Amino acid sequence: MLGLGPEDWQAIELTFRLCLYTTIILLIIATPIAWWLSSGHSPARVAIQAVVALPLVLPPTVLGFYLLIVLGPRGAVGGTLESLGLHHLAFTFEGILVASVIYSMPFAVQPLTEAFNNLGRRPVEVASSLGANAVDRFLTVILPLTRGGFVVAATLTFAHTLGEFGVILMLGGSIPGETRVLSVLIYDHTEAMNYASAHRLSLLLVIFAFLVLFVVYGITRRFRVARP
Amino acid sequence: MKTKRSLFAAIAACFMVLSPPAAAERLSVAAASDLRYALDDIVALYRETHPGPIPTVIYGSSGKMTTQIIHGAPYDLFFSADIAFPQRLQAAGLAATEPAVYAIGRIVIWSNTLDASELRLPDLATDPRVRRVAIAQPAHAPYGRRAREALQATGVWDAVQPRLVFGENIAHAAQMVESGAANVGIIALSLARFPGLADHPFHLIDDDLHQPLTQGYVITERGRDNEAAWSLVRFMETDAVHRTMERYGFVIPR
Repeated sequence: MLGLGPEDWQAIELTFRLCLYTTIILLIIATPIAWWLSSGHSPARVAIQAVVALPLVLPPTVLGFYLLIVLGPRGAVGGTLESLGLHHLAFTFEGILVASVIYSMPFAVQPLTEAFNNLGRRPVEVASSLGANAVDRFLTVILPLTRGGFVVAATLTFAHTLGEFGVILMLGGSIPGETRVLSVLIYDHTEAMNYASAHRLSLLLVIFAFLVLFVVYGITRRFRVARP
Repeated sequence: MKTKRSLFAAIAACFMVLSPPAAAERLSVAAASDLRYALDDIVALYRETHPGPIPTVIYGSSGKMTTQIIHGAPYDLFFSADIAFPQRLQAAGLAATEPAVYAIGRIVIWSNTLDASELRLPDLATDPRVRRVAIAQPAHAPYGRRAREALQATGVWDAVQPRLVFGENIAHAAQMVESGAANVGIIALSLARFPGLADHPFHLIDDDLHQPLTQGYVITERGRDNEAAWSLVRFMETDAVHRTMERYGFVIPR
């Protein structure tokens, strides 16, 4: 189908899995971080906000380099895992998943922080005074009122992970079915002078990226109008 | 609580649908980029007679592959363009076998816009038609290092500097020339013999001008118990493989 070979499909499946896991994990992690960031102006908050935004500014190679050192067999995290009889994380799917979560963090935290800022604390306080517990407050008040923020955070995280290249190349190598995601496979196809394959996958990504952004901007407009 | 249920169901479904594929017995081979086409042919030959795990070959510069293995990359077997890198792995306790020579490589001047058979190393610095010269990164790619040595031995290394562009590995350097980004390259003979590039003439660089490209392989510590790694290594010693390697311009040590 589409003239794609088995290694292309393998990379598509792998990339999709990486993007999906990253998005799910980041929504879970980013929600409390964003809530905390949106609930005050202390210097600690400013510091954390800056740390979260670092991947926006740093070259991916910096992150890739440090992760390789830390997650590899001699690093703090990788070495600890090895001594526990587990496998270190460099050149594994789990490793690039960790990298993606860090790398795409600002794309999840920033839309959520903004959504929570716009929501303010009033609706939650009202719900609380009516006897709603924390879980109920989140699921019946915060989530429905900020769902636009969640959709934007999820789509942007997914799309940004799709576009990841430098970090994965450094930390993941190019291992089929494990770390050879679409961006890396395109690089590989080009190096092998396999331009037709590189072209097909690149075009696929251009179309997909456009659709994702189209959806994101569509949603942002809709929810801007529907804000309570 | 409709929202709560559907949220949890969605998350659970995502994890269930996309569980990782089962780990089968595998053979991962790290290989120098000069082998990109020769080894693909050899693996195809190997598969005709060996039904076991299909070797997965990952290509890159020998130096980069060595760094990856030191940092724990899961390769069972490593074919380097310079035996010094497998020896480095051995010194680090990451090799299961003594590094062994499997071929000697050569470098050539190649171009698809100029007649490279007419070009000599000094021309790369002086000929006005030569605007950009691609070589592999000497820091970690053996072919790049040998290209630098040959240019130094000819006395034109300094003069050619402004024209040089560096590929991440030798296949990348070849691709830079093939795509027209550079108009001349010093690339591996094995790549110049690849059908896609072989239509254009090349000039074989005198191997007295550089250290030999002694290609060496090693089974890594990780591959020690992988029967398929030993099987592929034995296959590399067969006449069929030697013929393939020679077809790509490698010299087989006898």
